[in-house]
Amino acid sequence: MTSLTSTAVVVPPHSRTPVLFKPGAWLAISLVVGVFAVLPLLNLWLPVEHPWHVAQHTISLLGKFICFALAALALDLVWGYAGILSLGHGLFFALGGYAHGMYLMRAANPAPGQLPEFMVFLSMTEIPWFWTFTEYPLYSWMLVLLAPGLVAFIFGYFAFKSRITGVYFSIITQALTYAAMLLFFRNETGFGGNNGFTGFKWILGFDITSPQTRAGLYWASLLALLGALLVGRWITTSKLGRVLMAVRDGEGRLRFLGYEPAGFKLFVWTVSAMLCGLAGALYVPQVGIINPSEMSPANSIEMVVWVATGGRGTLIGPIVGAGTVNGLKTWFTSTFPEYWLYALGLLFVLVTVLLPQGIVGLVRKTLQRARGART
Amino acid sequence: MTTEQSRLKTTAAPDEYFASYRRPAMSGVDTTHQVILYLEDISVEFDGFKALNALSMEIGVGELRCIIGPNGAGKTTMMDVITGKTRPSSGSVFFGQNIDLSKLSEAQIATAGIGRKFQRPSVFEHHTVFENLELAYKCSKSVWPTLLAKLTGEQRDQIDTTLELLRMRQQANRLAGLLSHGQKQWLEIGMLLMQEPMLLLLDEPVAGMTDAETQRTAELFNDLRGKHSLVVVEHDMDFVQSIALDGKVTVLCEGSVLAEGKMSEVQADSRVIEVYLGR
Repeated sequence: MTSLTSTAVVVPPHSRTPVLFKPGAWLAISLVVGVFAVLPLLNLWLPVEHPWHVAQHTISLLGKFICFALAALALDLVWGYAGILSLGHGLFFALGGYAHGMYLMRAANPAPGQLPEFMVFLSMTEIPWFWTFTEYPLYSWMLVLLAPGLVAFIFGYFAFKSRITGVYFSIITQALTYAAMLLFFRNETGFGGNNGFTGFKWILGFDITSPQTRAGLYWASLLALLGALLVGRWITTSKLGRVLMAVRDGEGRLRFLGYEPAGFKLFVWTVSAMLCGLAGALYVPQVGIINPSEMSPANSIEMVVWVATGGRGTLIGPIVGAGTVNGLKTWFTSTFPEYWLYALGLLFVLVTVLLPQGIVGLVRKTLQRARGART
Repeated sequence: MTTEQSRLKTTAAPDEYFASYRRPAMSGVDTTHQVILYLEDISVEFDGFKALNALSMEIGVGELRCIIGPNGAGKTTMMDVITGKTRPSSGSVFFGQNIDLSKLSEAQIATAGIGRKFQRPSVFEHHTVFENLELAYKCSKSVWPTLLAKLTGEQRDQIDTTLELLRMRQQANRLAGLLSHGQKQWLEIGMLLMQEPMLLLLDEPVAGMTDAETQRTAELFNDLRGKHSLVVVEHDMDFVQSIALDGKVTVLCEGSVLAEGKMSEVQADSRVIEVYLGR
């Protein structure tokens, strides 16, 4: 071996930058976040007839999309980076929603000790034990992260320990969300049966339907998405991120380097479930309802389509994908409502065949080509 | 390590090592008898087919052992058993005197100090050369330390030294998938060195290499002799000749040892000529 001193000059620059984003990317992110942050102000401050006025329903719609983007980002962490395809992330989304919904149901009553309306309707006489403390928003928000996190941890612990991978794992996650849906459909479960939770009135003492509260929820969602993007970027640019990608590309090989893939998968799986729960929690007050249909297998599959469309393993891609697909969905379901599912199917086929790297991959390729043409 | 310490380690309940989420608690290998690896009476059966048939072998500390034999002799299966990929149907496999490998997971065996190069070069193709070496680097490989890991100057220097040894400094930031077959083989050997294992298992390390690359590999292995224990499985007789020197060569056939001895003795053995070398 040669001595180091003679060769230290040509130490290779490490390919991945130690900073989270390059300056250009930071600028782009700040710009986009800035534009989206201003929209509710255009709704609140400008009169309706002003050309720059943003309609209330646009804010609600975008707020929903931001929650979907957060869920898609969470899914990308496990699918795009660790290669774990989950067809059950709707479960974590719904669990987060239910955890927050418990507080909103309690807050809708004049006195917190009073039974929520659906319990009276189901002739229950007292609040079930698992509703204890849910009248406190902080506790309920803790549940938002803990409930999906715990379910994911317990499920993941056994699944990864048993080395269940690939399509078998995907099918089990699908079955898990389906089973949970059936459980939540039952009135006896204590979560309002097939009606779920609705009729929210107050959040932290603010009227939940007022434009100001709506704007607050929208900003909270935007902030959560930005935070999740930074956390996701931090994880994926760390050494752990590179281990996750190694799990994706050669889990078996990684063991012989001394890594126990199960622990790494469990970590990212649990983080992802918690982020997805957060998305659900922010979604519920904005749409005003949570019921077991959120756990239906189709919802989880739709999340996979968002990620695939945007580009997996990119973090930004799922955000773009969730926005694009849901934008299309909104347009389609108002123009030709009966054809949406065909369009979704077609979109998925086209993306798989023509854009295996998704929208972000296409943009990257175009940029590279443009750069190549210039030089 | 004193024998007393090692005895303490041996008395630890074997189940303690087994949970797949836990790190092994042991640190040392007891090699007071100058033996790094014991294979005793190992049999592996797949649906009635005996891939290994009462195989017994000992590898000494610092020894470079070459293993040859016809296809299907059980060479790769033997490595699978040592590294925990396959569990023996019967027999015992010990690392030093104190570590029962049949009770450890693949990752625990790797952490204990056994590195393996696979027959087919298996590097992480979507990681750069540098990152491949970084992943292999010997350090804590559990979740939290990995999340918070920062590349220190010392680690960078070590990776750099290995890059220099591999003559791949120019390719440090290339994706490993873009390397030639021979370079991938070398990168995998480099990853093995980053792990600083006590025992290296190398399955056909020079397959697909050019003559020059093969020669350099031989030089490297001769250099490693004495510092590490090496087990090399290879079909290339010239290569085996150039690294076996006066050391032992083992011939496997049908899952057990057919002959063992110096290269010249083995080559003169009529049974070996019969089944493997040809007349």
